[in-house]
Amino acid sequence: MSGYTLSHLDALESEAVHIFREVAGEFENPVILFSGGKDSILMLRLALKAFAPAAIPFSLLHVDTGHNFPEVIEYRDRVVARHGLRLHVAPVQDYIDRGVLRERTDGTRNPLQTLPLTEKIQAEKFDAVFGGGRRDEEKARAKERVFSLRDEFSQWDPRRQRPELWNLYNGRHAPGEHVRVFPLSNWTELDVWQYIAREDIELPDIYFAHYREVFGRGGMWLTAGEWGGPRPGETVEKRQVRYRTVGDMSCTGAVDSDADTIEKVISEIAASRLTERGATRADDKLSEAAMEDRKREGYF
Amino acid sequence: MTVDTLRFATAGSVDDGKSTLVGRLLHDSKSVLADQLEAVATASRNRGKDAPDLALLTDGLRAEREQGITIDVAYRYFATPKRRFILADTPGHVQYTRNMVTGASTAELAIILVDARNGVVEQTRRHAAVAGLLRVPQVVLAVNKMDLVGYRQDVFERIVEEFAADAAEFGLPGFTAIPVSALAGDNVVERSAHMGWYTGPALLEFLESVPVGADPADAPVRFPVQYVLRHGDVRHYAGQLVSGSLRVGDRVTVHPSGETTEVAAIDVLGEEVPVAYAPQSVGVRLADQRDVSRGDMVTAGGGAPTLTRDVRAAVCHLADRPLRVGDRVLLKHTTRTVKALVKDLGGALALAVNDLGRITLRTAEPLALDDYAVSRRTGAFILIDPADGATLTAGMVDLG
Repeated sequence: MSGYTLSHLDALESEAVHIFREVAGEFENPVILFSGGKDSILMLRLALKAFAPAAIPFSLLHVDTGHNFPEVIEYRDRVVARHGLRLHVAPVQDYIDRGVLRERTDGTRNPLQTLPLTEKIQAEKFDAVFGGGRRDEEKARAKERVFSLRDEFSQWDPRRQRPELWNLYNGRHAPGEHVRVFPLSNWTELDVWQYIAREDIELPDIYFAHYREVFGRGGMWLTAGEWGGPRPGETVEKRQVRYRTVGDMSCTGAVDSDADTIEKVISEIAASRLTERGATRADDKLSEAAMEDRKREGYF
Repeated sequence: MTVDTLRFATAGSVDDGKSTLVGRLLHDSKSVLADQLEAVATASRNRGKDAPDLALLTDGLRAEREQGITIDVAYRYFATPKRRFILADTPGHVQYTRNMVTGASTAELAIILVDARNGVVEQTRRHAAVAGLLRVPQVVLAVNKMDLVGYRQDVFERIVEEFAADAAEFGLPGFTAIPVSALAGDNVVERSAHMGWYTGPALLEFLESVPVGADPADAPVRFPVQYVLRHGDVRHYAGQLVSGSLRVGDRVTVHPSGETTEVAAIDVLGEEVPVAYAPQSVGVRLADQRDVSRGDMVTAGGGAPTLTRDVRAAVCHLADRPLRVGDRVLLKHTTRTVKALVKDLGGALALAVNDLGRITLRTAEPLALDDYAVSRRTGAFILIDPADGATLTAGMVDLG
């Protein structure tokens, strides 16, 4: 026996690094989807490690819904500057201003991200697009490959997925097609937090308990803001909350929490009886197959 | 090696109660959270069922829910205080053999499910063949629906005896049989009160305690180069150590050139180390600045790989279009992709989807191969259609 054992975090890290390096070896113009959420922050950290001491051979892409938490945008810009990265932005607001996309009646902009993303991918000729999706998040994502081929409309066809065996990823694609790559496929929410704690990775403050003006809608605490809340009859109150996921402000809910340190967050998640999407994402509650339908259309 | 995670695959169909078994494992190990249960309860009511249908936990695609079958591989994650699990939940029907092959390729254990009322059927033999072909180290035969045969020992034993013959035929190293009722919960998480004659562990107990495969760090060094990192004038060869432990100062051979050199430095993700172990992702500096590139294989220690352009292998064909003798394809082995010509298909003219067979290929460049029986990573390859990039066939090298 070698007497050496790899912890599960080391094994997940090694697997993710292998995926990043495969993409670097087989693609011309990869990009990392970077929202400033914890999963994309983790992806960036793993990419930096995968190519150390050299620079990462990828740029970043933020699909900007216009409904951002200011703390997250500030964090994004700081990280980009610190590592000398190139940031592309695909702004949903531009599409609304030009009349290409229309604001939805529920005010949610998450489903509006697909078109700006797709057009940016086409315009910049990105051939590999890293997403922070994890299979433990949602049942349609549980069926996703690590390398997932998309046509020129970014569409996902679950019945025509390529079989993916061993760690032999197939990145072949025709011009105009691209491959979505999910290096965190095998991570769980708890793994993500344990790794963030181990590596002492800085996160936007909103992931930790703080006092905030919120109002209740659909069983979640939403932040008041210009995007359309609160409606008449919805009352604003100050509560101690934190965010488990970071997305569009209009459909990402905060949870009651006093977890103001990473250790407390980990205990909170370990004891939680709700999944992170179930607790905090209004857009996934629309129907049984809400995520599958959005993925088919090119969502990440 | 990673001791605290078990990757396993389940094979069986809804008729065998596979999704119910998986749902039961997740539910009884308390891995299903409240909002997921609520969603299942709602969906079950919409389908006119009184009790929550646990199969709905795993059948994630619209088509699967509509047809009540599992079509694609779903990966599930759960943990008990003893171990973490990654479950590849694969469909059982023969027309989805390719999905089972996919799930089995990374599994250290496979659960083959049979219905106690039907015993070993054609589909069970196919599952045993796939587990044998993919060299899944551990196999569990779960004889389900024991409640529907009065929990009878003779029924169980007759099925075990029948399966043993198949296991031997398909080269399974052995298997562990467990009588269960997924619906009633017998021997899934808790030992059954209805089968006093069975003294073995419940399924989850077995999964928690079964030893995981041999330590890859004890095998000869195999290091396929993924990517060359240039930092100033220095070239670091980046890759994942597939097997063995690599030390600074080790004499290594680079294939296919056959040149030998010495390991000058190793880093694990930016941190210098004296020694690295499989399956770490590392960067390696070699003593001479040689022209090493993606697709080359660095090896050390006894048991050199076989360098050859003539590849013989067992295969499972995965694509709807057939594979024919004379086809020109791409072959991806570790990090190397080469052109290849299909010379022979074990006497057949073509392989159809889900066919298990044998192949002989001639490649444009030599490959550094190991027997699949020795290494599931350096003995495996896929064939790719050069026209549209489709994954065609899974191959398991047979140097024999």
